[in-house]
Amino acid sequence: MAKVLMKGNEAIGEAAIRAGCLNYFAYPITPQSEVAEYLVKRMPEVGGVFLQGESEVAVGYMIFGAAGAGERVMTTSSSPGISLMSEAISYIAAAQVPAVFVNIVRGGPGLGGILPSQGDYFQATKGGGHGDYRLLVLAPDGVQEAVEMTMKAFDLAEKYRGPVMIMGDGMIGQMMEPVEFPEDLKSEPSNKDDWASNGMSTRKSKKRNLVRSLFLDPKELNENNLALKAKYEQMKREEVLFEGYNTDSDYKVLITSYGTMSRVCKTAIDMMKEQGIEIGLLRPKTLFPFPEDAVFSAATKQSCKNVISIEMSMGQMVEDVERVVKGQREVHFYGECGGDIPTPEKIIEVIKELL
Amino acid sequence: MGKTFSTPEVMSDNKTHYCPGCTHGIIHRLVAEAIDELGIRERTVGIAPVGCAVLAYNYFDCDFQEAAHGRAPAMATGIKRVRPDLIVFTYQGDGDLASIGMGEIIHAANRGEKFTAIFVNNAIYGMTGGQMAPTTMPGQRATTAPMGRDTASTGMPIRMANLLGELVTPGYVTRQAVLKPQQVNKAKKAIKKAFEYQVEGKCFSFVEVISTCPTNWGLTPLDSLKWAEDNLLPYYELGDYKVPE
Amino acid sequence: MQTEIKFAGFGGQGILLSAKLLAYAAMKQDYFVAWVPSYGPEMRGGTAYCTVVISDKRIGSPIIKNPSHLVAMNRPSLEKFDQDVKPGGIIMINSSLIPSRSERDDIIELIVPANETAIKAGSVRAANIVALSAFAAKANIVDLDLLKKCVKEEFAAKAKIIPLNMTAFDAGVAIANNS
Repeated sequence: MAKVLMKGNEAIGEAAIRAGCLNYFAYPITPQSEVAEYLVKRMPEVGGVFLQGESEVAVGYMIFGAAGAGERVMTTSSSPGISLMSEAISYIAAAQVPAVFVNIVRGGPGLGGILPSQGDYFQATKGGGHGDYRLLVLAPDGVQEAVEMTMKAFDLAEKYRGPVMIMGDGMIGQMMEPVEFPEDLKSEPSNKDDWASNGMSTRKSKKRNLVRSLFLDPKELNENNLALKAKYEQMKREEVLFEGYNTDSDYKVLITSYGTMSRVCKTAIDMMKEQGIEIGLLRPKTLFPFPEDAVFSAATKQSCKNVISIEMSMGQMVEDVERVVKGQREVHFYGECGGDIPTPEKIIEVIKELL
Repeated sequence: MGKTFSTPEVMSDNKTHYCPGCTHGIIHRLVAEAIDELGIRERTVGIAPVGCAVLAYNYFDCDFQEAAHGRAPAMATGIKRVRPDLIVFTYQGDGDLASIGMGEIIHAANRGEKFTAIFVNNAIYGMTGGQMAPTTMPGQRATTAPMGRDTASTGMPIRMANLLGELVTPGYVTRQAVLKPQQVNKAKKAIKKAFEYQVEGKCFSFVEVISTCPTNWGLTPLDSLKWAEDNLLPYYELGDYKVPE
Repeated sequence: MQTEIKFAGFGGQGILLSAKLLAYAAMKQDYFVAWVPSYGPEMRGGTAYCTVVISDKRIGSPIIKNPSHLVAMNRPSLEKFDQDVKPGGIIMINSSLIPSRSERDDIIELIVPANETAIKAGSVRAANIVALSAFAAKANIVDLDLLKKCVKEEFAAKAKIIPLNMTAFDAGVAIANNS
């Protein structure tokens, strides 16, 4: 298919349809309302379901219900909305049903602002909702990757039967870039007979399926959580994605950065290369599972003296970087939030202080 | 002579965890009979609430989902929208539906979601141990209203059927009770009708059932029935609040 | 080679559309492009601005502080962004609404009475197309015929206003060529 110029938000909506997701529930919130405005027109064309819920709380459970009934389903929101949905995400993780959440992150805490931010890293990777669960988090750096990751998210959600999140920032939602859509994917979860509560008549066993998260017997709860843990360990083995940039060089400083921020870092790296300064970049594409080995080996390369995490936050991913670098190198941080994305010039200034 | 009385097919053989004298058992049975009589068990998905009926799926042998507190109508919406061919019902208590889940039930009803909500109103939080509910009567004691409900600071009890009956969107909204055999028979008819409307794809259906809670009211089962007759029914009038055209 | 063009004006002047059409034409010529809007409350009647990045390699930072060129459709836009433009860049000034001029002497000024020209062509609503084509003719970033085709395609669903926009497009090009 030929390239088209699309806003990230609209492209995410189209990608969901191409991935066979014909069910979308959402509540409006800036900066991602264009997804709903796009899908309200597109869903009827493909015989899909579009519903604007009364709140993000309700939408979370519409997603849970639809996912529990074995249908591919997605919602999109932005930070304060994801806070409200986090309750449902916890339930969905516990009940082990596949669902895709998109967070086009804006500044926080509180109402914060509506400009791009990466302030939800902790919320996405360390919890958000309550209890022992993890969220598989994909972080695109542009519109094309947002499309590819959205499509992949449905497969991952079904492979692991749980919630998967695409975490972009306001820039990725609002920006237009050329995109190519991969071929259409299959349209429904393959193994749903084993778990979906979609009517006993639909399955051979004629046994009922129960979608639940309550396990009053401590042994049962422990078993469920061990099953979840086993999935998260499998994700760590099989789903880690990252990109190295200028990591073949003898860089003195390694930057860790993701999403829109990583693109600014790449420009800074190119500019410094022209000045004869080699800087490397390690960009996690999955925030959970975090590319632990890749970050460790890139940070401990002989030429590398310092590591710096550059984020549109007050310092969140840096804690994972510190954790995996294990004190082998000094780990620094630079970030801005509030919507002013650090410029390449500012990044160069910060890096030069480390040289 | 053939068998005249048996367990509905959709009821499991599990013994319930409900307290002696509680009317949940009766209401479960009425729902089960309706499902059996309409022959819809194999395409029915129930939604369990948080509250005394949290384990309802142990007593119904059909597909079930379990919601967070108050969110059953949103889950029912999700299921029904993506699979309109399924029969979906929620089974919720007064804390679940009329307090934390007020937003979800009103909007589901107002959108005319084509599922059935069974609302068991016994004027108190049961499972958590007798706290005040939005439906607790003025002066009625609860652990969080030890001197009795003070309406000056907590308002008057909410009449859900009246409230939902006021919505302009068409629907079936009724209030029934299970304190006497005649009431049980009427409630049975109402619950079946609610499911029938859903089977026909007609409208949202809502059956409020006035129930008892001997344990948390601190009364014997028999006294509970009388207390409900004397105190709840005058305020919560029985009857249809909305019937579709 | 990377070129960045900032389009700025009032909300409702069609800034975002002009920018999108330029990005679209560049994409058709196999450039990497990004269209980066400002968004939020300023969409509601205040200043709207938008940056198009066109490059022959993958675009790094889409956030541009100093654009190569500026298309200023109203006075606040010129005043706000005049100093940001890189030396040697074009600053297009919509003289219908901007009585002042750039304070720079290291840029190329392109004076375009976009509103008046659009009114002559049939409607002031085509002022953004006049500005777009005048700028594009001067800057020579994308093929003008291709850009014109993109404008036509954009209005495919409103065939009635295609002639207006085509006339506006040609008028804009003429102004640039005569400047």
